[in-house]
Amino acid sequence: MTPLLTVEDLRVSFPTRTGTVDAVRGVSFSLGRERLGIVGESGSGKSQTGRAIMGLTPNQADVRAKKLLFGDMDLLAMPPKERRLLRGKRLAMILQDPKYSLNPVMTIGLQIVETLKTHERISSKDARARVLQMLEAVQINDPERVFDLYPHEVSGGMGQRAMIAMMLVCGPDLLIADEPTSALDVTVQLEVLAILDKLVAERGMGLIFVSHDLRLVSTFCDRVLVMYAGRVVEELSSANLDQAQHPYTQGLLNCLPHIGSHRHPLPVLERQKEWAE
Amino acid sequence: MAPMDTSAVTRRPQRRVPAFASALMRFIVMAATTLLGLLAVTFFIGRVIPIDPALAIVGDRAPQHVVERIRLELGLDLPLYQQFWIYLKQVASGDFGTSVLTTNPVLTDILRVFPATIELATVGTIIGAVLGIPLGVLAAVKRGSIADQVVRVIGLVGYSVPIFWLGLLALVLFYAKLGWVAYPGRMDIVYEYTFTPTTGFYLVDAIWQGEWDVVRDLFRHIILPGALLGYFSLAYISRMTRSFMLNELSQEYIVAARAKGLSEARIIWFHALRNAAVPLVTVIALSYAGLLEGSVLTETIFAWPGLGLYITNSLQNADMNAVLGGTVVIGAVFVGINLLSDLLYRTLDPRTRSR
Repeated sequence: MTPLLTVEDLRVSFPTRTGTVDAVRGVSFSLGRERLGIVGESGSGKSQTGRAIMGLTPNQADVRAKKLLFGDMDLLAMPPKERRLLRGKRLAMILQDPKYSLNPVMTIGLQIVETLKTHERISSKDARARVLQMLEAVQINDPERVFDLYPHEVSGGMGQRAMIAMMLVCGPDLLIADEPTSALDVTVQLEVLAILDKLVAERGMGLIFVSHDLRLVSTFCDRVLVMYAGRVVEELSSANLDQAQHPYTQGLLNCLPHIGSHRHPLPVLERQKEWAE
Repeated sequence: MAPMDTSAVTRRPQRRVPAFASALMRFIVMAATTLLGLLAVTFFIGRVIPIDPALAIVGDRAPQHVVERIRLELGLDLPLYQQFWIYLKQVASGDFGTSVLTTNPVLTDILRVFPATIELATVGTIIGAVLGIPLGVLAAVKRGSIADQVVRVIGLVGYSVPIFWLGLLALVLFYAKLGWVAYPGRMDIVYEYTFTPTTGFYLVDAIWQGEWDVVRDLFRHIILPGALLGYFSLAYISRMTRSFMLNELSQEYIVAARAKGLSEARIIWFHALRNAAVPLVTVIALSYAGLLEGSVLTETIFAWPGLGLYITNSLQNADMNAVLGGTVVIGAVFVGINLLSDLLYRTLDPRTRSR
C-alpha cells in the first residue's frame, strides 16, 4: 500500500541579500493515516516543512525534493492549478492564530461556505446546511448564530473551531496543523485538541502536528520527528520518548520540570555546533 | 464533555437603531462645530486683512461721505462680534450676502459655479479610481517587476509635474495638434442658446433631456481637464492601493485562503482588496474632497467656470462676501464627504459597526 505522503530529501531555501538561507535541509519521512508530530524550536524549519507540503511557501522560496508524493501524485511536478485544487479538498492546513487567519470582513459561515463552493458544485442552501453540520461537529452549540458572526465577534477558541471547520468541511485526507493551539489559553487548548482528536479519529485522516511543545505532541501523536536547524535529528515513537538518542532531544527532555523534583534552576540547553552539521 | 462556552461569544449589540441615532447626533454636533469654527476663522481673517469692504464697493475715487454711508449700511461701524453675529444669522437663513463683483447674491453665484466643479471633480475621481485601483493592485501583486516600476514612474510623474504645465502641453497636443478634444470651456458657444440646463450638472441634464449632440460636445470639453485631474488622483490612489494591498497580502488570512484552494484571482480581488478597500475609502474621499475645493489652476487653464476660479477672482477683487461663502461651501463639502466615507466605512468594515 502506498503511504499517504512520502517526503524524501525535502529542501526549502530562501534567497536573501546576504546569500541563501536554508530553512529545511533534507527532511525525509513517510506518513500513513496516522498522527505525526513535528517538534523543534523557532527557526528549526518545522513550519516551512508543513508549508512546503501544502505548496504555500512564499514565491521567492526554492522548494526541492527527491520525492514529494501525495498518494502517488507528485506534488512538485503537477501543474499549479491541480495542486491548488488539492488544497482544501484533500490536503488542508490549520494555522496558528484565528485572530489573523480568518478574513476579518467576512462572516464565519461564508468563509466556510467558500471552501465548499471552491471544490464542489453545491447550491447555497445545501452548502449552508453542510456548514451548519460542520460547525456542530466542532462543538459549536448554536451554529445558526455563529454562522452570521464576524471573526472579531468570537473568542479565540471559537475562532479556532471555525478554522478547523473551514479546513475539514471538504473532508481532506491529510491535515497539517501548524501550532493550532499555541495562540490559545491553556484551558481552551485542551478543548480544541479534544475536538481535533475526535475528528481525526472519526474521519481516519493523516495528521501532521507541528508544534514546539514536545510534551503536547508526544501525548497527541503516534510518532514524533524532532527537527533542529532544518534537519530531522531524531524520529521516535511517542511511547519511547525517554529513549531518545540525540543529545538535542535529551537536552530538551531534560529541561522539562517534573512534579516532585526540586531542580532550581532548570537546566539550560547547551547547543553544540555539530548538531547543525 | 461539558456544554461548550457560549458566553465566549460576544453578543451582537441588540440596540442597532439607537446606536445609529447616537452616531448621527455625534456627527451633527461635530459638523456644526466644525462649520462654526470655519466661519469664525474665515470671518475674522476677512476683517483683519487690509481691505476696506466699503472701498471695494464704491471704488477709490468716491467722495468721503459716500464711503461713510456704505460703511454704515454694511454695519462696519459695529463691534466685530456684533458683525459676526449678524453674519451668522444671515448665513443660517441661507443669505451669504451679495457679491460685489457679479452683483448677484453669493448663494446664486455658488449654485451656478459649484456644479461645474462637482462635475469635473467627479469625472476626475472616477478616472483616478477606476484606473488607479487596478494599477495599484497590479503593482502590489507583481511587486518588484517591470509592471511595478512602470506604475511607480506613472505615479511619480503625477506627483511631481506641475498641473499647469501638463495641462498646457495636453492642450497643445490633443486640441491644437490632434484636434481630438474641444477648446477650453464647458461647452461650445452654439449650445449656450439651445441648451437650458435644469440642475447645473450639464452632463446629467443633457443625458436627461436626451440631447445627445450636447452630451457629445460636453464630453469633448470635460475629458481633457477630467483626465488631467484624474491622472493626479490616480497617482495618489495607485500608490496607496499598492501599499494597502501589500499589507493585506502578507496577512495570515491570505495563507488560509490559499490553503482552502482558492484561485489567486479570488484571493487578490475578493479577499485582499475587500480588506484594502477599508482604508482606500478614506484615500479616495480625501482626493475627491481635494478636487471639489476647485482646482484653481486646472479651471484657469481650461476656462472652467467652477468654484476655484470664482473664489480666486473674488479674492483678487476683495469680494469678501463671495470668498466667505465659497469657503463655507468647501467646509460643508468636507464635512459631507467625511460623513459619506464614515458611512461607507461602516458598511465595509464590520469591526466598526458593533461599537
